[in-house]
Amino acid sequence: MMDYETLRHFADSWGLVYMVAIFLAVIVFIFRPGAKAEARDAALIPFRDPTGEDRKP
Amino acid sequence: MKNSGWILVLAVATFGALVAAGLAQDELFRAHMFILTLTLGVGTLYLLRTGSFEPAVPVDPDAYLDGPIKVGTVLTVFWGVVGFLVGVVVALQMAYPDLNIEPWFNFGRMRPLHTSAVVFAFGGSALLTTSLYVVQRTTRARLFGGDLAWFVMWGYQLFIVMAATGYLLGITQGREYAEPEWYVDIWLTIVWVAYLVLFLGTLVKRKEPHIYVANWFYLAFIVTVAMLHVVNNLAVPVSFLGVKSYSAFSGVQDALTQWWYGHNAVGFFLTAGFLGMMYYFLPKQAGRPVYSYRLSIIHFWALIFLYIWAGPHHLYYTALPDWAQTLGMVFSIMLWMPSWGGMINGLLTLRGAWDKIRTDPIIRMMVVAVAFYGMSTFEGPVMSIRSVNALSHYTNWTIGHVHSGALGWVGMISFGAVYFLTPRLWNRERLYSLRMVNWHFWLATLGIVIYAAVMWVAGITQGLMWREYNDQGFLVYSFAEVVAAMHPYYVLRAVGGMLYLAGGIVMAVNVALTIKGHVRAERPLVPAAPQMKLAA
Repeated sequence: MMDYETLRHFADSWGLVYMVAIFLAVIVFIFRPGAKAEARDAALIPFRDPTGEDRKP
Repeated sequence: MKNSGWILVLAVATFGALVAAGLAQDELFRAHMFILTLTLGVGTLYLLRTGSFEPAVPVDPDAYLDGPIKVGTVLTVFWGVVGFLVGVVVALQMAYPDLNIEPWFNFGRMRPLHTSAVVFAFGGSALLTTSLYVVQRTTRARLFGGDLAWFVMWGYQLFIVMAATGYLLGITQGREYAEPEWYVDIWLTIVWVAYLVLFLGTLVKRKEPHIYVANWFYLAFIVTVAMLHVVNNLAVPVSFLGVKSYSAFSGVQDALTQWWYGHNAVGFFLTAGFLGMMYYFLPKQAGRPVYSYRLSIIHFWALIFLYIWAGPHHLYYTALPDWAQTLGMVFSIMLWMPSWGGMINGLLTLRGAWDKIRTDPIIRMMVVAVAFYGMSTFEGPVMSIRSVNALSHYTNWTIGHVHSGALGWVGMISFGAVYFLTPRLWNRERLYSLRMVNWHFWLATLGIVIYAAVMWVAGITQGLMWREYNDQGFLVYSFAEVVAAMHPYYVLRAVGGMLYLAGGIVMAVNVALTIKGHVRAERPLVPAAPQMKLAA
């Protein structure tokens, strides 16, 4: 039966492992070889929009 | 006829609201439904009068949809000034209780009006507006769904009007930052789902393969707020034609649900959404990409995973189980790391361009915003330590902390975005006046500093007076003595608020004149660099 205790124990065991694993996977993914160039390219996305580029406030 | 479908829908809704007013089970619901009838009726008439029978101009499917964004920019400024004004009024009510004008304008009704006006009306409009601008510019795609963006923008404004008028009438479900009753909550849910569809639809039809990180933050804000809003407002109405409802939860579960919502409103509404703003407007205004894109991704995931657990720190020393209190404290302290990661990422975006802080008052606003983000996300974890909280809880220190985040971080980054957007959306050469931006910057900064410093002293004084025992074990001060001791601080706090409001009015004038196309003839903010005279 799904009661409070079961859910709580699921949350602080497998739930926790699941979240930490995703977080570690993200870290590994963004530090993989070749990711640096991709990240540098992604950072330039706001500057690729052709409208309103040269106008200064 | 243009908008004929919308006119029909609005007219039917107006009639429906009138019928609901007629069948109302209580007087408050009747009054609220009359307000709804009036609002929808005005909307119907407006659309009728602006309708034309000329053939519709074909829409360029590649052009950005900026109409709702223009409306949102104006409304952001408008709600900002209204929210700050109500804030000054409630601050003065604390200092001079005679200003409580019964029944509509007493503190109990004006306080939620202030918090909702600044958080949901000003902050929410700013988030809605900037998210629609940023998602189009970073995906290079037009907003999804035709008129959907118009529905979201005006539907959200209807929510604000219903919430605000409800508070003044005395309609509240008594949940902090979620005061509107069940029927207004249902309306917000509809608008919010439409917003999610609009945002996701635009992301799906993007022309840029990578989804820029600002959109991640905006999406996290939209998804999480949807979840928080629905769960926190689970309630059973007494009648479908009456205002009263009862929460689905009770006791400590209800309290924890409220603060799970309450703190994540801070985390995902006032932080994640505005971080989306920071990651677009700060690099754009500085003219250089974000310091580390990879740090921004870590910032995102760490913030998302940690924030959701921090809510129990609002319920120390209550019936909430000890382990849950400790969990809230641990996650609150861990949050310090992603917060400062984000702050460092924002500040270092200016590497090699620090001179812009001197020359560009808009950059200065954004930098101060990020600095206040850093300061309030440092103060927050400190206050979440249980023994510190024993002193700070229920005191004005908390109010000071909230305002250093709200006025400093949320307000300043939004002002920066408004100043960035206005000349671009209305195709102006530049803002009406950069000197007025400078005035706004200093008025607002001075206001925040006065506010935060005063509330800090007030809060610690208050906390220490409450816990002062004499050698026989009696409390030294009565509650009323502590209230009286707060008076000078309350007056000074109102002064800080007035300065911030004055800055907001300067912004409103500047933005209005920019939209009208005026340009102020003024000396440049920074004199041209002295020319080196070379000896011949």
